[in-house]
Amino acid sequence: MILRIKDSHWALNGFLLFIIIFVALLSGMFGHVDLAPSDVAVGLFGPADDPVAIIVRELRLPRILLAILAGASLGYAGAALQGLLRNPLADPGVIGVSASASLGAVVAIYLGLAAYSSVAIPVLAMGGAFLATTVLMVLASRDASVLTLILAGIGISSLATAAMSLVMNFTPNPITVQEMVLWMLGSLENRTFDDLMLAGPFIVAGWITMIGVGQGLNALSLGEEAAHTLGVDLKTLRWRVVLGTALSVGATVSICGAVGFVGLVVPHIVRALIGYEPRRLLIPSALLGAILMMLADILTRLPIGHGQLRLGVVMAIIGAPVFLYIVFKTREAMR
Amino acid sequence: MSFLTVEGLSVTLGQVKILEDVTFQVPAGKVTGLIGANGAGKSTALKAILDIVTPSGGKITLDGVDVPSMAARERARLISYVPQGAPVHWPLAAERLVALGRIPHLNPWQELSDADNYVIQQSMEATDCWRFRDRSVTSLSGGERSRVLLARTMAVGAPYMLADEPIASLDPLHQLQVMDIMRQQAAKGVGVLIVLHDLSFALRFCDQLVLLHAGGVLASGQPDEVLADKNMESAFGVQVSRWSDGGEQFLVPRQMGQM
Repeated sequence: MILRIKDSHWALNGFLLFIIIFVALLSGMFGHVDLAPSDVAVGLFGPADDPVAIIVRELRLPRILLAILAGASLGYAGAALQGLLRNPLADPGVIGVSASASLGAVVAIYLGLAAYSSVAIPVLAMGGAFLATTVLMVLASRDASVLTLILAGIGISSLATAAMSLVMNFTPNPITVQEMVLWMLGSLENRTFDDLMLAGPFIVAGWITMIGVGQGLNALSLGEEAAHTLGVDLKTLRWRVVLGTALSVGATVSICGAVGFVGLVVPHIVRALIGYEPRRLLIPSALLGAILMMLADILTRLPIGHGQLRLGVVMAIIGAPVFLYIVFKTREAMR
Repeated sequence: MSFLTVEGLSVTLGQVKILEDVTFQVPAGKVTGLIGANGAGKSTALKAILDIVTPSGGKITLDGVDVPSMAARERARLISYVPQGAPVHWPLAAERLVALGRIPHLNPWQELSDADNYVIQQSMEATDCWRFRDRSVTSLSGGERSRVLLARTMAVGAPYMLADEPIASLDPLHQLQVMDIMRQQAAKGVGVLIVLHDLSFALRFCDQLVLLHAGGVLASGQPDEVLADKNMESAFGVQVSRWSDGGEQFLVPRQMGQM
């Protein structure tokens, strides 16, 4: 089952990178107006006032870039968290940041702020993610064990979810409630460079925070004590993964809603290809996350369900069966 | 001569005193056995040396250098550890698991060099697990897995090795093989500190013994002296039968008063 590609994971990464470019091109082609591949190229590099250039650069490019950033964040954070918690069930949602970002967005919708500014929802969502991260840091600051982190994350998540329900309870207008629910199901529709400029820096900062955690995660395969005796600074490792996830996933959720499934499923798909070593999962998971996010985003543009097909729904509908298949195939190894 | 020295070590966990004023030395090139009843503080002593638990008092030094104030990676290169009944959280291939022992020598981006791979292969051959290097550790038997974990520790190549009951889950032949490996390590100059429960093994394979009782050192020194009847009675509450066969000494414990 497990392929042994000794020290040649760059072959896989190169292959995934190629797919990313290919899917990005596909993503540039489909939408309200379908374009030929050559049109996409002309739109990207040709004169700016061309209508095709406006479609490609203003409408599709930010969406493609956001899908890549978001998918890569969820994939990488998922792989890193599963490694840190040594638990294949972990997903970026466990630390409570996703739910808190959603709460911020719901509050923004409740207050009707979206009418004043197009970035009101992501700004409040990021505020929610920031608040959750701060609470998590304070709760778990003194010698936080992994268990404390998870429990604090679950607590924050539950509180945010309860607060969200409360806000919906108090929303007088059912159409507003529908707007909230649809936001939570996730979308990249009508995202612009403003959104990209808002979330991008936080996402990239999160990635930078998590650079080079692979070796520590590998050592954690042997448990915390053995990892410590291999010279791994567990406290720093924990905070880098948690803070990196909070930044990149918090910003991701702020922009495209709570698309939960990527972070859970992607590392499992990568494991089926190259084995279980946590370090090797990180970059392929980021690349595959980006691919799946773009594919799901392309599917939401299909004329199904009156244009209401949401990103999170598409992802889960496709992801869950894949996940079940992988669970079925790997049940021997995971014993 | 190089020494790992524990001087006046005290450890308090919560309100409970686990170790008090424990002093012993682990010389390079020798096998030092750490024996004592359950709860005597053997594992805690190892963990204190490894900075897993923080001592409430005392000094731990390696050739005069304070161990707790060493950088983590530096300590990791000098002292390796075989944890007791260690978990493996992912079904890694045996060889990849052993490769984790090289982490103290690698920076975050570095891949294994030929020299690293040589050390990995040597460790796996010495522990008789090179032949199943491609198998997932979750598919191995308990004994095979313990040997892979021992190879992982040997792959660190540290001048001191602390082993917490490394033969606990092994069959008789592999117990002997592991003790042989410990002797070989010592012959190469490694200072081995090993927690043991088998008194015969302690006598046959160790150069010196440290007997812990109720958080303190009851006796230390030559194995036959440490394993004297009165020490066995006060540390374990047992009497021992002794005989020799083929020039080797054997000890078998019996309950007191059941002669």
